[in-house]
Parts: sequence; structure tokens; C-alpha cells
Amino acid sequence: MEFEINDEEIEILLQDLLDNYGYDFTDYSRASLKRRINRLFMLDKFPSFSLFRKQIQTDSTYFRRFVEEITVNVTEMFRDPAFYRTVREEVLPVLATHPFIRIWHAGCSTGEEVYSMAIMLQEAGLLKKSLLYATDLNPGVLDRLRKGIFPLRFIKQYSENYIQSGGKEDFSRYYTAKYDWAKFDEQLAAKMVVATHNLVSDRSFNEFQLIFCRNVLIYFDRNLQDRALQLFDESLDTLGFLALGAKEQLKYSSIYKKYRQLDNKDRIWRKIT
Amino acid sequence: MAENHVKATPQLIVIGGSAGSLEVILKVIPALQLHLPVAILLVTHRKPSNDDILVDLLNTKSNWPVKEAEEKEPVLPHYIYVAPADYHLLLEKDHSFSLDVSEKVNYSRPSIDITFESAAEVYGPSLVAVLLSGANADGVEGMKRIRRLGGYCIVQDPATADVEYMPAQAIAQGVANTILSPEGIAQFINELFTAG
Repeated sequence: MEFEINDEEIEILLQDLLDNYGYDFTDYSRASLKRRINRLFMLDKFPSFSLFRKQIQTDSTYFRRFVEEITVNVTEMFRDPAFYRTVREEVLPVLATHPFIRIWHAGCSTGEEVYSMAIMLQEAGLLKKSLLYATDLNPGVLDRLRKGIFPLRFIKQYSENYIQSGGKEDFSRYYTAKYDWAKFDEQLAAKMVVATHNLVSDRSFNEFQLIFCRNVLIYFDRNLQDRALQLFDESLDTLGFLALGAKEQLKYSSIYKKYRQLDNKDRIWRKIT
Repeated sequence: MAENHVKATPQLIVIGGSAGSLEVILKVIPALQLHLPVAILLVTHRKPSNDDILVDLLNTKSNWPVKEAEEKEPVLPHYIYVAPADYHLLLEKDHSFSLDVSEKVNYSRPSIDITFESAAEVYGPSLVAVLLSGANADGVEGMKRIRRLGGYCIVQDPATADVEYMPAQAIAQGVANTILSPEGIAQFINELFTAG
């Protein structure tokens, strides 16, 4: 792929987004952002940078598409099954001791991992007393989450992930297949609170016993990573759990000393003070 | 091959491979002289569960320290980095690694094209890329970009490759500066820093 939009033009676009829409991507890592922006520019066949820029500035529908396309919305159910096995075996028993369970999925995209968690809560008999807050900066992906309809072609993989994560049920009990789609049980979605939230600019809005933020921090620079982690720290009860993506770390952040990683290598930390 | 010379002192060597490339990597890496003033990055297609196995295996075969590339980690000479499975690996302008879990490219994540293109942007003429055995054309587009930005492209001789499709595609599309056997690749890299 040829990169048509150079570094200087990327900075111009990022400044436009901030000035016109209040979306701040200036602390995102550039390599991925540059590739995503160039990919969209090619995909939508813009003849020039100035027309691309103008479309984003003046057409709020296109702006929404732009944000949804430059942020990564690839996710799957029970992503990294061993991680979910740890959640099932080590985190759920602790959550069970609470009268009421609040969980935040920050940057949840289309919500496959939120549904995964709801399924595990139901199997542990905890869903009734739980609320799963699902947030993302893209309103479009949250619409899909609310519907709970996912492409049927991925279900085989999800079903395998589910079994590897320690699931004992017949996975097909959780969805109804129709044409090329699988619609998940509405009882799962009933316990989800869905809202837009931007980790760059929005604040803490509740206290949780478990926060998931998986494969979001990799797109932030170190400074923004630290700010997001401080936001999670403010939003997490003492002895609460923070769950990150398979290649994400706490060790470079200012909150590191307040947390202890679970004994296996999974990326789950417990707030100890 | 008219432009058969490296234009600047290499700072990064990226080696991409797919089916049949592990055997080649296990020939090339142990044959490298110690303390070459360059970073080496391996981008290979493989199952997510095999991450630690490859790093551990290479550590037993090489005197260079071998480690998985971590997000935001600075790229340092004298290290061999392995791209983690199931993530794309990119290079930032400050010579650090970035990870990305966006859609697969060429049915692959990591995609060799993505790393080649991103490294070309950052390293320009001080990049050397190597494309090994494999069953798809991942890496060929990336090599085109490396060539345009002044980098140097080595392609494994398809006659020595387990699966010749990937190197053969690179050669057919004219991106190879040189075509070498596995032994030749190791010798070439060693001589980059001794021939002066």
C-alpha cells in the first residue's frame, strides 16, 4: 500500500478533529493511526488530501465513519481463552462475595467480550446481581452491541474459545441462528448499560469491582496510557481487578505499585491498596 | 541486479517468513556473528500459542539475546526481536515498536507487509529486509515500499525454499536486490559490517 497522506497532513487532520469535534487523537501512537488513515483514504477513493480533509470537517456522518475506521474494532468472544479461564476460576469466586457486582468494559467495541462475560456470570449464577457497563467512543459499534447480533461464520471459533475457557454448556443455547447471523439471548443484554465514553477526555463515572480494557492501551502513547490507567484506578474498588489485553502492561505506569498481578501470566492485576 | 549494494549503514534487519521459514531462521540466526551493531526483527506466521516456544528455541540456538517485541519498547542493536503472534507489529518514528490488532492482511496477523511498510517509513535506506519461504505473497508489497524508500531487499533463493511461492513472487515482481541461499543470507549479513 502506498502512503498518500504524510506525517504533516496527519497532524493537520488530528488538529481538525480536536477543533471541530472535540475528539483528541493527538496522544495516539502514530504508526497504526497513519496506516489506518491511509487505508481509509484509499478505500473511499479520495482524489486529494484537501477533499478528504474537507469531507471530515463538514460532514458529521463521514466524521463518524472516519473515527470508526481509524480506531480498531476487531474483537472476538472469549478472546484468549486461557485469560477467560482465569477470570472464571479466580475472579468470579471473589465477585460472588459481593451483594451487587459492577463491571466496566472500557473500549468494548461491538461487545463480543461483554457477552462473553455475561455468559460466564450467568453460568456462575451471578448475572442477576450484576451490571456490565459497556463503553466505547464509537456510537456505531455500540448500536451493534445493543442488538447482540454477530456474524454466524465466527461462531465456530467462539464456541471453541468458550470450551477452552472452561465452558461446560452447549454454546448454542446462548444464541438463535438465523440466515448468516447469531442473535444472543436478550437476558444477557438486559444486564448491560451501554454508553459512549472517551478514555481520552471523559471522567470516571462509577466504582467497579472489575474493569476490562483489552487491546485499547496499545494504541495510546505512554503518557495517555498512564492517564487512562489513573482513570481506571479512580474507578476501581480496593481489591478490585483490572484486566488488560494479552500484550499490555502496568509496569510502566504510575499506578503500578498499588497493584499485584495474579500469579499466572495472564494480564489481570488486583488493586491492593 | 544492478543496485546490488546497501546504501546506508543498516540499523534494522527485518526477516519475514511463513510456511517453511523456521528451518531457514534456525540456519541463519546461529550463523550470525556476535555483536553486530544492528537490531534484527523476525516476523513469521504462526499459531498464537507458540509465542514463547519460538523465543525459547532461538535463545538456545543463538548467542544474541532473543526476546518478544513489546509495545513501546525501544529498538536496540545487538537484540533479536520476535513479533508476537496475533498482532501486527509496526515501527514508530522514535524507533520503538507498536502493536495493532486490526484486521488480518493477506490472511495473516502479524502481516509481513505491514511491518515492512512501517519499517520502510521509519528506517528508509538503513533498512534491510529478508523474505523467506512461504505459501502466500505477504511481504512482497512491503518490499516494493522498502525499495522506493531506499532500503535493501534480500529474497531467499526459491530453489532452497521449502515452499517457494513467497520468494518466487518477490522475484517475479522485481523487488529483490539479491537472491541468496540460507547460508548466503547469514554470510551477507555478517559482511555488511565487516567489509567496510
